[in-house]
Amino acid sequence: MTVPTALLSVQHLKIRAGVQGQLAVDDLSFTMAPGEIVALVGESGSGKTMAARAAIGLLPAPMQVCGGRIEFKGVALDSRDAPAMRRVRGAQIGMVFQEPMVSLNPSLTIGRQMSEALKLHTDLDAAEIRRRCLQMLQRIGIKDAERCLASYPHQFSGGMRQRIMLASVMLLRPALLIADEPTTALDCLAQLDVIELMLELTREQGTAILFISHDLSLVARYAHKVVVMRNGKAVEQGGIQEILLAPRADYTRQLLEALPSRGVLAPLPPANGPLLEVRGVCIEHPGPRSFWGKSLPKRVVHGVDLSIAPGETLALVGGSGSGKTTLGRAVVGLVNPCAGAIRFKGVDILKAANRVHRLQCQMIFQDPYSSLDPRMKIGQILAEPLRHEPGMSPAQRRQRVAETLVDVGLAEHFVERFAHQLSGGQRQRVAIGRALVRRPQLVIADEPISALDMTIQKQILELFERLQKQYGFACLFISHDLAAVERIAHRVAVMNQGEVVEIGDRDAIFDTPQHPYTQQLLAAASPLERLAGGGYRIRTR
Amino acid sequence: MFRFILHRLGMAVPTLLLISVMVFALIRFIPGDPALLMLGDMADAQSLAQMRSSLGLDHSVVTQYLIWIKSVLSGDLGFSISTRQAVLPLLLERFSVSATIVLVAVALATLIAVPVGLFAAWKQNSAMDLGLVAGATLLLSIPSFWLGLLLLYAFGIKLGWLPVVGYVTFADDPLKAITYLVLPIVTLTLVEFGAIARMARASTIEVLRLDYIAHARAKGLSEGAVLWRHALRNAFAPTWTLVGLILGNLLGGIAVLETVFTLPGVGRLMVDSIFARDYPVLQGCLLLITCIYVLVNLCVDLLYPLFDPRVKL
Amino acid sequence: MSAKRTLPAEPARSVEAPARRAWRYPPLNALIGGGLLLILIGMALLGLVWTPYEPLRLDLLARFQAPSAAHWLGTDEFGRDALSRMMMGARTSLWISLLSVSFAVVAGTLIGMLAGYLRGWTDRVLMMLNDALLAFPGILMALGIMAIIGASQYGIVLALGIAYTPSVVRVVRGSVLSLRELEFVEASRVIGNSEFYTMLRHIAPNCLAPLCVLATSMFGWALLSESALSFLGLGVPPPAATWGSMLAASRPYIASAAWLGIFPGLFISLALLAINLFGDALRDRLDPRMRK
Repeated sequence: MTVPTALLSVQHLKIRAGVQGQLAVDDLSFTMAPGEIVALVGESGSGKTMAARAAIGLLPAPMQVCGGRIEFKGVALDSRDAPAMRRVRGAQIGMVFQEPMVSLNPSLTIGRQMSEALKLHTDLDAAEIRRRCLQMLQRIGIKDAERCLASYPHQFSGGMRQRIMLASVMLLRPALLIADEPTTALDCLAQLDVIELMLELTREQGTAILFISHDLSLVARYAHKVVVMRNGKAVEQGGIQEILLAPRADYTRQLLEALPSRGVLAPLPPANGPLLEVRGVCIEHPGPRSFWGKSLPKRVVHGVDLSIAPGETLALVGGSGSGKTTLGRAVVGLVNPCAGAIRFKGVDILKAANRVHRLQCQMIFQDPYSSLDPRMKIGQILAEPLRHEPGMSPAQRRQRVAETLVDVGLAEHFVERFAHQLSGGQRQRVAIGRALVRRPQLVIADEPISALDMTIQKQILELFERLQKQYGFACLFISHDLAAVERIAHRVAVMNQGEVVEIGDRDAIFDTPQHPYTQQLLAAASPLERLAGGGYRIRTR
Repeated sequence: MFRFILHRLGMAVPTLLLISVMVFALIRFIPGDPALLMLGDMADAQSLAQMRSSLGLDHSVVTQYLIWIKSVLSGDLGFSISTRQAVLPLLLERFSVSATIVLVAVALATLIAVPVGLFAAWKQNSAMDLGLVAGATLLLSIPSFWLGLLLLYAFGIKLGWLPVVGYVTFADDPLKAITYLVLPIVTLTLVEFGAIARMARASTIEVLRLDYIAHARAKGLSEGAVLWRHALRNAFAPTWTLVGLILGNLLGGIAVLETVFTLPGVGRLMVDSIFARDYPVLQGCLLLITCIYVLVNLCVDLLYPLFDPRVKL
Repeated sequence: MSAKRTLPAEPARSVEAPARRAWRYPPLNALIGGGLLLILIGMALLGLVWTPYEPLRLDLLARFQAPSAAHWLGTDEFGRDALSRMMMGARTSLWISLLSVSFAVVAGTLIGMLAGYLRGWTDRVLMMLNDALLAFPGILMALGIMAIIGASQYGIVLALGIAYTPSVVRVVRGSVLSLRELEFVEASRVIGNSEFYTMLRHIAPNCLAPLCVLATSMFGWALLSESALSFLGLGVPPPAATWGSMLAASRPYIASAAWLGIFPGLFISLALLAINLFGDALRDRLDPRMRK
């Protein structure tokens, strides 16, 4: 018999797809004590989600447990029949999911969804159930709880939906809460909110949390124990402090090193005058179209002033809705400002006549899965911008494409491949290559690493640094993650709700932030810092 | 809510107008003297002259259209050349026959197909599911007129259980009327079942993949509750759209079934009027059927918020 | 959002969401569907050069013969060999369907691209007209046009082509609008390509997949509609044979010569089944790639 005090005990778990498929989880073992917070950390394909689903008995169809045991409160999961398992779910084990957009049923009211589980597992009457739901909603900070119960999920923002889901799961006071990347789809400030709420609620009720995440720095603050997974195997596990101070496995070290740190920046070349100047730019989005004419346009960017020197990297940071992406798109011409001027080397690039100058500003897009034409070969994608480069013979173009491919770290034979044959990181390299093939002087990078795994993020950032040294382009680096820019930015501009609230040198912003919004962003960013001896510890600000 | 209804109604009006223009233009395109077309070859000179002035043929096309619209809106759709009956009452009488068959058949098909599709999606890729899909695909590949003929042959001629030709109205003799309706309704139900079942299955499969279904299961709900309360609501919308489209298509396509079973419906009326060059009737049929189609679409649209609360303006 | 249904980027007729797991290579439905289609097309092509008997030749001594070794599918009321007429019917029906679908695809793509590219008032007007056309159920539109033109082979092609064009416009325009939002299209503009070039080089090729799926479905509708029209007597005029008219002609003799009614309907069903199966396989194959 296992130690009776363990809440959840996973022993040598093996999960595979179908009878013949590959092992998604290979010999995983760990235990959880009541009230403990255990984090399962790994990148995509590590098997962490499958393990979590197995704990609650909800593996998706082709996956099945083919070895090992999972015991909850001393009873093996597979010894329970279906009805018994259903009684455990919800009442004893609760689960919170990743995507707030699809985690709540769009066609049922919040009230119905929240009360459903209570109706099923308890025999409280309707009035009492309603009272508890209202109480819980008020607890999570919803002002008009009555109206909330009667509303539908689509009327709330992503962060709000996650809080509501958390609330409805915790209503039943489960002994174990499985949180499957609950904050990955939210921006950094909302992330913090949701996690703090989760911790509060679970602390009150003594609920243990199994926290699944790809972000080690995120769980570092809260977890007691960490299990690092890779390709289905547990690479390392132990208390969070020990792992941080002295990571034993190579992979753990890789994960930790992937966290950006402040580096030494190359000195800027001497310049006379800024490369790019943005003065008083305002941008509006047209309002929703109705049958009788347009409704009021929404102002997304208010009077922004910026400048970028040649060779410099200016980071533009802010939460979602801050207008940073819109501003970047305005510089490359995808969006037209309704007021203000954008000048490149003194030339007003908002005028169509100055198109040639505008082409000196290129863009790297965010989503590597939709920024490459699925029907074109990589070679064609890279050659396309050269159509506008005067005086290049076909042979010279092929040469340039080959050089660029090698520069971004891909082999020359990739010229013949299609986008769907490449991984996310490789595709992003192609996107970078496409932006650089004409050797522009300014590159706008719109969240180029957000959609990638941590270790790949590090590789791409290194590539970026190297290329900048090699080609000497200036960069407007847009990101919601303050930590990523710590490494490569010379200066940082922080945007909130369409305005630049603070702008300054990197060290100044990170060490002595002035504006409260900047301070909030910093608090939400990675808390880990590297120690002299090679370990890490949680930074106290 | 009110605004939503008004908005949808508002969108329907320009479409109705355009349709009336198209029907008007269609008939005008028929080569020949419009007055002669409306009265038939046997008309005498005086009636022709009268018809010409009432159609407004000496005025501009726009005026002719306006005259026509005015008479339509006041319920006067002209007179049938072959039977001298007023067109509108004739249309409505015939339409009620077609509508009965179509509505009953589609309702039956939906009531059976949706649970079947739901079940197949739940047991996706099992033998039962594959069998159901194969069956549905087979059914939807059979033309309704052939299936009708086969059923007529089997049950009407060989077994003699049901009448082969003719029709009795409900008012005259309800029981007998039903025997005349059974075969056409069964045929139509079988044919439409296939398409609806497949759509219900496909959209349920899509929905079952989503997180909120896993969430519902994680709450401990039984599979039945998950399917019925959570999956069905969200999966129903595309199926509902399909039902609207089927209803619309059948408004024209019912002609073939009416021919097979010799039923006095609006489809056959239209076909007969084409052969008989009975243009007032043809015009009336086209107008009525297309307007009803627009109204059907409107009803389908208006019921959408029941399944999808996101659809609210 | 247009005035009509909001099926996610799908045509006005029924096309369901692709959600089945891929079967083993090559999928069963592609094999059966493709195989059947090939047989039928083969039959039609063979009929161009050879048939067992002259399809139009009357032989009043051999009327109403049941299927036998001499006449595999029997003879009709005029003593004409049913199999030969079926082969001729295959040719006519398939050819008419092919032509009308081609018409609809070409016309619809042009209009759809125009509407999606130009946007603004052009788009609104075109869409309003399109929705009005869609308000005419397919057969109705065909009936209306036939009433004007009169029954003839090319009349049916025109009628069906016009009836199906709005669906193509819908799908193409929907594709164009959603593709415009994708980043690789934006990237094309940032690189410096003109809107026109972007449409041609990036948007148009990516519209092919949904268009192929729709074209396959439409081929089935056209076949069914042509048979229905012929059945009603509004199709290709006699003595030419189409499966629908053969079915109609068999009605009076259903009690005595049942085989005359069974085979034409059976062939129509097989053709539709083949198209449906093949279309399913095509959709499953093309869509997941696009999703990526």
